[in-house]
Amino acid sequence: MPPDDLIDVRGLKSFYRGRQVLFDVTFGIPRHRVTVIMGASGCGKTTLLRHLIGLKRTGPGQILVDGEDLGAFSEGLLKTYRRRIGVLFQGGALFNSMSLRENIAVPLKVHTKLADETIRIMAVMKLNMVGLSDFSEFMPSQLSGGMRKRAGLARALAMDPEILFVDEPSSGLDPITAAGLDRLLLDLRETLGMTVVVVTHELESAFKIADRIVMIDKGKVIVLGDPDAVRGCTDERVQQFLNREADTHQINIDSYYESLLDKEL
Amino acid sequence: MGEWMVKLIGALGAYGIREILSVGRLGIFFLYTLRGIFISPGKFWPVVKHIEFIGTKSFFVIGFTAAFSGMVLGLQGYYTLSKFASEGLLGSAVALTLIRELGPVLTALMVSGRAGSAITAEIGIMRIEEQIDALDCMAIDPYAYLITPRFIACIIALPMLTAFCDVVGIFGGYAIGVDLLGVSAGAFWDGVYSSVVWKDVYMGIIKSLVFAVLIIWICTYKGYYSGVDEGSFGPEQVSRATTDAVVISSISILVSDYVITSIML
Repeated sequence: MPPDDLIDVRGLKSFYRGRQVLFDVTFGIPRHRVTVIMGASGCGKTTLLRHLIGLKRTGPGQILVDGEDLGAFSEGLLKTYRRRIGVLFQGGALFNSMSLRENIAVPLKVHTKLADETIRIMAVMKLNMVGLSDFSEFMPSQLSGGMRKRAGLARALAMDPEILFVDEPSSGLDPITAAGLDRLLLDLRETLGMTVVVVTHELESAFKIADRIVMIDKGKVIVLGDPDAVRGCTDERVQQFLNREADTHQINIDSYYESLLDKEL
Repeated sequence: MGEWMVKLIGALGAYGIREILSVGRLGIFFLYTLRGIFISPGKFWPVVKHIEFIGTKSFFVIGFTAAFSGMVLGLQGYYTLSKFASEGLLGSAVALTLIRELGPVLTALMVSGRAGSAITAEIGIMRIEEQIDALDCMAIDPYAYLITPRFIACIIALPMLTAFCDVVGIFGGYAIGVDLLGVSAGAFWDGVYSSVVWKDVYMGIIKSLVFAVLIIWICTYKGYYSGVDEGSFGPEQVSRATTDAVVISSISILVSDYVITSIML
């Protein structure tokens, strides 16, 4: 493993209800850098993310965190790993019965012995980082999707994680808010030295923030490198993705009829 | 024909395996919930909050149900006993029926329908919105945080509600028997005091404790695993889980009532 890689994914295969979703995925996530996992919808990005955060156990293949196999972690080790990470889920995953401030206070209350007033101040500070300090007493249902996502990011940052995983940060956001979120992720890398892993299909955002890009197509890594290397890649599928070209389906008439009739012709 | 048989046997086998796995998972869920008692965060205020939801907010519906059940018992009991010129035993009949059987069963059924269904829906929504995954990723034990407080609250609240139901029901029977149909008040209360022994009260308490465990176990389990078996997480899965939770917990209450009665009588 190269010395600067914090997480090393080796030959990872993943299955979902008997269908293979990831095929021998291999790449590294460098420490203190922004890694973007990119690809079309349904290519296996989110499945890969769920492996990386330990929500889906690794089967064949390995995910090494500081050289230790995540798949072989005991429950205690997995908890220790999760205290090092922050995760922003696609929909924010905020607790609906709590205000934004209470949402952000949850990990602080469980994992620290800080006084309530200190926790309150810290929660408001985190909300301030994402521009939501004026909404600290709002309930998630009173906010827009973008605001919920930013609040989710504030909660993911509550414990000052070493590694931040972000699922589709820009989707559904207006360009100004999306740019603000990109800036925030870069600030986290620069000021706190955070390792950031972003899953996205937003090209502009990806090329703006990425130090390393992993592009996945149909469960396979098709290109891996810095943004310039990805732009220069001659792979047809990569260029199709970068140039936003639609798929052209070649329909086999016989197999199409067979699928309609559910029997061989 | 042969292919049809193979498919049938395969489907039955798959169903059997799924059900066996489900029973195993139910057991593990129960053990994790018990383990949650000893894991942070603190349980006091969450338990108080859930007692308010399960207990206090059920008072009206249980009081209403108990009053009318007691009144019906008074009415039916009076006309049955009057055939044997034994109207004086009305107090015994009403009190024993309520304390031994109707009080615990009616209370449990009402709590299952009102609070149990709400708990299943709430936890189910948390599952489909990735809020439970978010807890996992914050290194917070979802059992200790979500399930255990509800479990403790239900075990505390249900016996209290049962006692309330018994008392209101006896007064309902009194109102009909004594005030409306002219049974002597002294005979009514004498019947209650002379016939109800501590064993009847214990039986009622034991039943309500068993029902509390069954209700909260089934309802939280169904919510927690909403959509997990189907592999799809949407409103349909939550609504199905809620229906299943109420139906299964109601059947479990009635079956266990018979078993406990047959053991303790």
